[in-house]
Amino acid sequence: MKAAIIVRDVTKTYAEGGASVRALRGVDLEVHSGEIVMLVGPSGSGKTTLLSIMGCILQASSGSIRIAGQEVGHLRENELPRVRLNHIGFVFQGFNLFPTLTAGENIELMLDLKGIRGPQARKRAYELLERVGLADKFDVVPANLSGGQKQRVAIARALAGDPKIILADEPTAALDSHAGRTIMEMMRDLAHERGRAVLIVTHDPRVLEFADRTIRIEDGMIDESAPELAVPVELLVQNKAQGVHNWLQ
Amino acid sequence: MISLAQRNLLHDKVRLTVTLTGIVFAVVLIVIELGLYVGFTQTTSCLIDHSGADLWVTSKHVPYLELGTPFNARKLYQVKVVPGVADAEKFINSWTRWNRLDGAQETVQVVGFNPDAGLGGPWNVVEGSIRDLKTPDGVMVDKVYKKKLGVSRVGEVFEINGHRARVVGFTRGIRAFTTDPYVFTSFRHAQDYAPLRDDQTTYILVKTEPGANVNEVRRNILARVKDVDVLTSAEFSRTTQRYWTLTTGAGIAILLAAVLGLIVGFVVVAQTIYATTMDHLKEFGTLKAMGAPNSYVYKVILIQATVGAVIGYTLGMIISGFVIRFAQPAGAPILMNGWMAISIFLLTLFMCAGAALVSINRVTKLDPAMVFKG
Repeated sequence: MKAAIIVRDVTKTYAEGGASVRALRGVDLEVHSGEIVMLVGPSGSGKTTLLSIMGCILQASSGSIRIAGQEVGHLRENELPRVRLNHIGFVFQGFNLFPTLTAGENIELMLDLKGIRGPQARKRAYELLERVGLADKFDVVPANLSGGQKQRVAIARALAGDPKIILADEPTAALDSHAGRTIMEMMRDLAHERGRAVLIVTHDPRVLEFADRTIRIEDGMIDESAPELAVPVELLVQNKAQGVHNWLQ
Repeated sequence: MISLAQRNLLHDKVRLTVTLTGIVFAVVLIVIELGLYVGFTQTTSCLIDHSGADLWVTSKHVPYLELGTPFNARKLYQVKVVPGVADAEKFINSWTRWNRLDGAQETVQVVGFNPDAGLGGPWNVVEGSIRDLKTPDGVMVDKVYKKKLGVSRVGEVFEINGHRARVVGFTRGIRAFTTDPYVFTSFRHAQDYAPLRDDQTTYILVKTEPGANVNEVRRNILARVKDVDVLTSAEFSRTTQRYWTLTTGAGIAILLAAVLGLIVGFVVVAQTIYATTMDHLKEFGTLKAMGAPNSYVYKVILIQATVGAVIGYTLGMIISGFVIRFAQPAGAPILMNGWMAISIFLLTLFMCAGAALVSINRVTKLDPAMVFKG
């Protein structure tokens, strides 16, 4: 499989007051097209920092980041939005839909950024909502959608830019188990059937069964002792979430 | 983009009301302060601007209209024969006393002109006619000063500086900025009211021949008539306006109030637009995370500000219209015309866009990583 994201020896240091905090310490990671990778680890381990750097939202202190074959580590800040727009779709824990816009308009806004407007954008937004099973919610504002429906709209929006990479931050954290499962099935389809590279940061043990690979990060470093984590099958089959969680810890 | 900007603005009705109230307040404040300033300025020189004269012959170094000093009226004949002069008339503007029927006295400015020529006469005559001023003791005052002068109708007789005066007509909207009403009358009667000697005048108004070069006529008058200054109406108008607005400090006070209105308006609008932007900060962060360049986000904020400006301006002008209408009878000269309306619209746009820049500065510093903070 082709590597959609290649991270090499990435570090990130924050200045905090007079001291400096090393959030990432030489991270190496690859995410390939067609696979779904889970990034797990305790709070403060550097998951979100790594996700932000891979999403070209944050710049690394050092190291190399290649997105779809392009080195982005040395790009200026004003060049990063273009990389995000062309290659990356985001799915957020809090959905981050625009509350004043309808589901359809939320997607049309993403298309507007890509320069697609008018009837063409409307048609495309409808198709995307249809793909996530929400065509009938086109004119509904987010406040009138359930959590699961909001996240499906967010996925449709992320796909509107036709990105090769999907980065998701705790996409099931605010959802019940049924809605969470639906979302993860969609994520899996995006990777396996549509060839997207999907990276999910999660604390939710219920979703690990959908992973092709699970990577553990701790203290800003990839845990080499479990580079390709295999969750015991019996836990997944029985869906004993707490058991998986304990096992991860 | 437009859709997001409009929805952000229109979604929260309470916030919209607060924002628009701020803009409307600013617009009304600016219209009234600026209208007062322009009205005040134009009032100071209205006699000159409506005189119909091209040139004003004055005694030496007259700083403004009301301070004209008398000079020999025979100079009129010297002026009349200057090439390029079509007509020249004597003109008086002088302070004097008006005796009301109840015994009270009011200070007035008597304006004497030749009713046959019309130069320097009243305008907006709504009752009676200029010809009536040729009748013995005929005077004309403005309706706005009826109460002040104790006048109720045409035909009433009063006393000006010990001489009989009979009201033969009324004008509308001729205000004296000094609050001492203008009393129009014939030059002959004005000499009695001022009082002024028979061989004196305070000004000579000149109408040049069609096509004549006004500056050349002025030079010719200066060459032939001694001990006078000759000013074009525009120059004398500016000199008078400058004196009252700058030298006395009265105009400066109104101008400062107008500037203050502008600053207060700007602060109010900046605050409301800033608050609206802050309400949608997370959405702007999301927009940036999605790949929107800063320019896209700026446009959304500027469109919000522009839509607010247009709605606020429209409502503000409607309210100002009512304020101006009610202020007129009360004697407050608030002026509003086409170019002022356009200027204030541009000013409102500038004010809203400037206020939006304060918000934009905040959004520029927005960390798109905030979208991952739950």
